[in-house]
Amino acid sequence: MEHYNMNLTVKVWRQKNSSDKGKFESYPVKNISSEMSFLEMIDVLNEQLIVEGKEPIAFDHDCREGICGMCSMYINGKPHGPWAANTTCQLHMRAFKDGDTVVVEPWRASAFPVVKDLMVDRSAFDRIIQAGGYISVNTGNAVDGNSLPINKDHADSAFAAAMCIGCGACVAACKNSSAMLFLSAKVSHLALLPQGDPERKSRVLNMVAQMDKEGFGACTNTGACEATCPKEISISNIARLNQEYLRASLTAEK
Amino acid sequence: MTWKQVFTSSVGKKLTMGLTGIFLILFLVVHAGLNACIWANDHGIMFNKGAHFMGANVIPRILEIGLFAGLLLHIIQGLMLELSNRSKRKVGYAVSYGNEGSKWYSRSMGILGTLILLFLVLHLSDFWYPNRSHQNFVLGEEIDLYEKMKTTFTELWVVIVYVLGCLSLGYHLAHGFQSAFKTLGINNRRYHIMLTSLGYGFSIIITLAFALMPISFYLGWVN
Repeated sequence: MEHYNMNLTVKVWRQKNSSDKGKFESYPVKNISSEMSFLEMIDVLNEQLIVEGKEPIAFDHDCREGICGMCSMYINGKPHGPWAANTTCQLHMRAFKDGDTVVVEPWRASAFPVVKDLMVDRSAFDRIIQAGGYISVNTGNAVDGNSLPINKDHADSAFAAAMCIGCGACVAACKNSSAMLFLSAKVSHLALLPQGDPERKSRVLNMVAQMDKEGFGACTNTGACEATCPKEISISNIARLNQEYLRASLTAEK
Repeated sequence: MTWKQVFTSSVGKKLTMGLTGIFLILFLVVHAGLNACIWANDHGIMFNKGAHFMGANVIPRILEIGLFAGLLLHIIQGLMLELSNRSKRKVGYAVSYGNEGSKWYSRSMGILGTLILLFLVLHLSDFWYPNRSHQNFVLGEEIDLYEKMKTTFTELWVVIVYVLGCLSLGYHLAHGFQSAFKTLGINNRRYHIMLTSLGYGFSIIITLAFALMPISFYLGWVN
């Protein structure tokens, strides 16, 4: 694709802190290369703001190669912007045309309060993982890869679920701010493997309880989460989560 | 893990919605099947026989109590879930994700359900209430429901409201049917296409069957 430069208007959500009301500010940015990543465009805008003596825009980012799950912008009405199966850092400016206005908002969910500008507090996800997203074993030395036979289909599905990077785009896209796609990926990943089996029941019950405590909504199977997920986590994981929850609650000891 | 904890969790509440939803889907099959007897074109003899069985026999009348219980549970739980889910995002987006990520009717189950509820108030006051009050709410003598349908559907506005009610039901089912099975944990690849097509097929057939009843009377297709 041919390289081109563009001038844009970036309309960004500015909010000083979690108690501030916040509002949109529009900034013109000039000479943006079509080969830049979206975050690099924000870097250019921030340098411009610093030179003008203004506060730069706060935003989350880390690896900038699409694997860490830190970037979290809601761009033109879609988490991580217009491209499918993509993170904000891997969104390139060729997705936009000269003269476009780009609207950038933070994830919106009560369970993800805005810390500043485009940064939200996603520690609710950490607490859900702490409630059961692990296996309790002393790992010791690495065991022989073939010592535990695992069905190939299960291994593949578990790996596909383990692709979740916990970015929270599913919550941002869901009309109910539900964390079910995230939770179901974590539950599926371990439920499908023999290592996850001993804590299978307590895991799903505790993780769902923690998700509810954090203030996420309930799932209504609209599919918006799957459509926006940068790692293409399948919504069939949610059905598996429901299955796991039903089985665990029906067969609970007390 | 108490039962209370199970059914007050977000997954448990959805289970209630799914189970009552499937129960109501089964009711729709019975209701549509019985009402289809109007097309026997025998001046309502077959239809009234069926209606009489449902109204004067003790077993369907006991099941009717279960139907109302299931319906109420579905309505109350549904409205509470809708309100609770809406409260989870205090500040909305300036640009919405819209139809790009999901179907409009899958996001509008609360509104569609409320429209169906409003329609049900009219529908029950048209047929169920006059008939049951005539029976003194026990197993007494019923009114001629075929005649009642005939007179009710002479008014154009009533026919239009009924058709709109059926459309709301159709879209509610288009999402609800498949969603109920997903909530019960069934969404393996081998069932996904089957349940989705079955859901759309069921929604279209039910909507057409019910909507054609008032239309048939209004246009004089049955006698």
